[in-house]
Amino acid sequence: MPEATEPTGGATRTPVALTLTAKDFKSDQEVRWCPGCGDYAILAAVQSFMPELNIPRERIVFISGIGCSSRFPYYMNTYGVHSIHGRAPAIATGLSVSRPDLSVWVVTGDGDALSIGGNHLIHALRRNVNLKILLFNNRIYGLTKGQYSPTSELGKITKSTPVGSADSPFNPLSLALGAEATFVARTIDSDRKHLQSVLRAAAEHQGSAFVEIYQNCNIFNDGAFDVLKEPETRDDYLIRLEHGQPIVFGSQGQFCVVHPPGGFGLEVRRTADVPAEEIVVHDATIEEPAYAFALSRLPGADLRNTPIGVFRDVTRPTYDDLVREQVESARATSTGTPEEQLAGLLNSGDTWTIL
Amino acid sequence: MSKQVRQLNRVVIRFAGDSGDGMQLTGDRFTSETAQLGNDISTLPNFPAEIRAPAGTLPGVSSFQVHFADYDILTPGDTPNVLVAMNPAALKANLADLPRGADIIVNTDEFTKRNLAKVGYQTNPLDDGSLDGYHLHPVALTSMTVRALADYDISKKDAERAKNMFALGLLSWMYSRPYESTLRFLERKFASRPALAAANIAAFKAGWNFGETTEDFAVRYEVKPAKMPPGTYRNITGNAALSLGIVAAGVRSGLPVFLGAYPITPASDILHELSKHKRFGVITMQAEDEIAAIGAALGASYGGALGVTTTSGPGVALKGETISLAVALELPLVIVDVQRAGPSTGMPTKTEQADLNMALFGRHGEAPVAVIAPKSPADCFYAALEAARIALTYRTPVVLLSDNYVANGSEPWLLPEVDSLPDLRVEFATKPNSEDGKTFLPYLRDPETLARPWAIPGTPGLEHRIGGLEKADRTGAISYDPANHDLMVRTRAARIEAIRVPDVEVEDPNSDARVLVLGWGSTYGPIGAACRSLRQRGLSIAQAHLRHLAPLPANLGEVLARYERVVIPEMNLGQLAHVIRARYLVDAISYNQVRGLPFTAHELETMLEEVVKNA
Repeated sequence: MPEATEPTGGATRTPVALTLTAKDFKSDQEVRWCPGCGDYAILAAVQSFMPELNIPRERIVFISGIGCSSRFPYYMNTYGVHSIHGRAPAIATGLSVSRPDLSVWVVTGDGDALSIGGNHLIHALRRNVNLKILLFNNRIYGLTKGQYSPTSELGKITKSTPVGSADSPFNPLSLALGAEATFVARTIDSDRKHLQSVLRAAAEHQGSAFVEIYQNCNIFNDGAFDVLKEPETRDDYLIRLEHGQPIVFGSQGQFCVVHPPGGFGLEVRRTADVPAEEIVVHDATIEEPAYAFALSRLPGADLRNTPIGVFRDVTRPTYDDLVREQVESARATSTGTPEEQLAGLLNSGDTWTIL
Repeated sequence: MSKQVRQLNRVVIRFAGDSGDGMQLTGDRFTSETAQLGNDISTLPNFPAEIRAPAGTLPGVSSFQVHFADYDILTPGDTPNVLVAMNPAALKANLADLPRGADIIVNTDEFTKRNLAKVGYQTNPLDDGSLDGYHLHPVALTSMTVRALADYDISKKDAERAKNMFALGLLSWMYSRPYESTLRFLERKFASRPALAAANIAAFKAGWNFGETTEDFAVRYEVKPAKMPPGTYRNITGNAALSLGIVAAGVRSGLPVFLGAYPITPASDILHELSKHKRFGVITMQAEDEIAAIGAALGASYGGALGVTTTSGPGVALKGETISLAVALELPLVIVDVQRAGPSTGMPTKTEQADLNMALFGRHGEAPVAVIAPKSPADCFYAALEAARIALTYRTPVVLLSDNYVANGSEPWLLPEVDSLPDLRVEFATKPNSEDGKTFLPYLRDPETLARPWAIPGTPGLEHRIGGLEKADRTGAISYDPANHDLMVRTRAARIEAIRVPDVEVEDPNSDARVLVLGWGSTYGPIGAACRSLRQRGLSIAQAHLRHLAPLPANLGEVLARYERVVIPEMNLGQLAHVIRARYLVDAISYNQVRGLPFTAHELETMLEEVVKNA
């Protein structure tokens, strides 16, 4: 096994530069998403990002649940498990904790992660398991052909809600932050450069990295994020978060984010109306999740004021490390071969001997 | 004064009291003393699911029965010879199980008007003549304990709570038990509170001395050590033995053990126990739910660990989908089901064998797994090793069906030599396995075991994807091909059938029995005791007991065919009988009881005698 150098997520980079390319990460399986699906762009972005990790393919594992996005592992020439609906974070937790040498990625969707698998998602995040979780959010059930999802907007008309959905949607980032996830980010399928910058930051993070990727389902929810993509609207709608930079956005930089006195959250104002020193400078390392949570609450139902980028990136001991430290310290204080120790264990307690 | 000493071959004592009276601890200590003496032992704890039901009420009664003898015994005993009743509720709840002439030791301090009324006694049974048929020993346990501890610097409440040690001291005297281990235990237990340790020891000794001096106890009993095979023994419960079996499976396979578990009665003790053994590389994860628990275990198995999940029936129901995934992925996984009375929450602290159908059939699609069951508390150790052997060798989920009776019951265990335990080492795949040596075929099978290669992440050149979608034979690629699905379904069934399991053995000492009694799991003890008793009375009966429920032993059909009648007692409504009838076309007699309690040897003997006489 290669020597450990600097850590990247769970696994470690190899000291020797590997000569991997995007092509090395393409499996021999024919990709079978619908033509025009946003998943293609994400797959290509991930495949071309992977060589940057400088981790050998055999030490990368993609684990998914069920849904369109969950076909992802079949197309990656790494190790991979296409598991069952909602359970990928749980399965990945067992793998990650028992195999610290691996880089473990979870690919999931809004139905998989937030509906049937909501419990596993929040618990993986609160434990801070060394997983990189990519949630493809298209705000619809695609594989089952068009029912509303837990991120579909209130009133959404779908096959299962002919007169409109009565469910209020989850805000995935608010949920992740409520679980005190240590890394929370959002990006968009069509913006490869941004997507890869977020993947890079996620890969460097120690612990759970939660990345929401807005992804277009061109069959059942086409154009859901168009305002964030079209050149005419995107600059006025998107807030591109950059650590250490004042949060100013809009085609002319005409909007900014402030923390109004007496309020709990953050608000968008016209830059012209605000003294420069009152503009919030983005700091992803703030321990208190309330700041990132306030950022996550900025978008309205019309997707105006949608921040993308890294909301939060803080350091907290990972579950994997804490568990393994307990095992290692127990091992360090015991002597003898495993067989001798087992014999000792079997013979412990009140024993008696019959001659 | 010197007292008469009477020799006995066997005794059954039941300690009964309020859930807060420490009856489990008292029974446990008496058992340990008895084990030290070398008697054979079998125990049966019986307690409510409520942590503290209202004091003094019938639902709050907790009891611990211990059967010890100077010969090899199989059950905790049908009927107690001695009942220790710490309050009126304990007397009322247990009296019906006592034969006339049994000894009853009662704590008279608790027989107050109020406590009697709580359980519906109109008059005090201690003086209304209703216990005339028994040997009643009224003892003021609480007040004598408090008086004995007057000089100790402890609260009145703590002094009162030591009454169980007074009772233990008295019983230890009555049955001539060695008490050094109890004194050591009390010192350890109250190490941080020396005054309490001293007080509890004093209470124990006061009880002992009371027996020695009072005239009410004129006779002291002895039960000589049993003739048991030489070696070192310890007394062990099924859950503890099962935990050690899992640790041993880790050592003998050289694999790390990963336990994913969610707390559930009566399986939680396995999680507690295994969480103590990290030095063996055992990782325990208390998951957010039953599904995550098995998911994490399966993820660990995928990574090359021995994945284990422990639960009870309701948990297995939740794990069903993941077990199916493990069937499709063909990875090792041990699922321990410590059965309890269902359906739904049922009676969580009571025993049953009603999860057999779920273990065998409780999944969607054709999803066969191996199923095994331990027959006694100590046997749980070997059953865990056997479950691991099958899982690792055949890359399959294995359901281990324990139950509350063996899990919490205990018996002496002749400790094995570590070298004598099965060698469970496995080989991971390390290189491509296609004929041309160039590609890796994750579903190319070993011709003998039909197991696929276990290629763990981190192995260069073997990168592959697996999943719940149907896979093409050999390549593992997604396949919707009809013929391939038919082949894969049949192959998954065949590979379970191909698991090598030992032949079932038949005990038929005279070789002339016409009736076979077939059991599985924890009914071994009562069935065995019933058969012995019948044989002692000159009747012939054959006994066979199944450890492997799937696959069934290869010789089972032939064994069944040898007998005119086959009787199958089960603590369910005939689940094994159903399988036997369907598979072997044997008109088996299904004998069932689902009272949350193990069979008594007596009821089985009565039933079997009837069958034998009419055969």
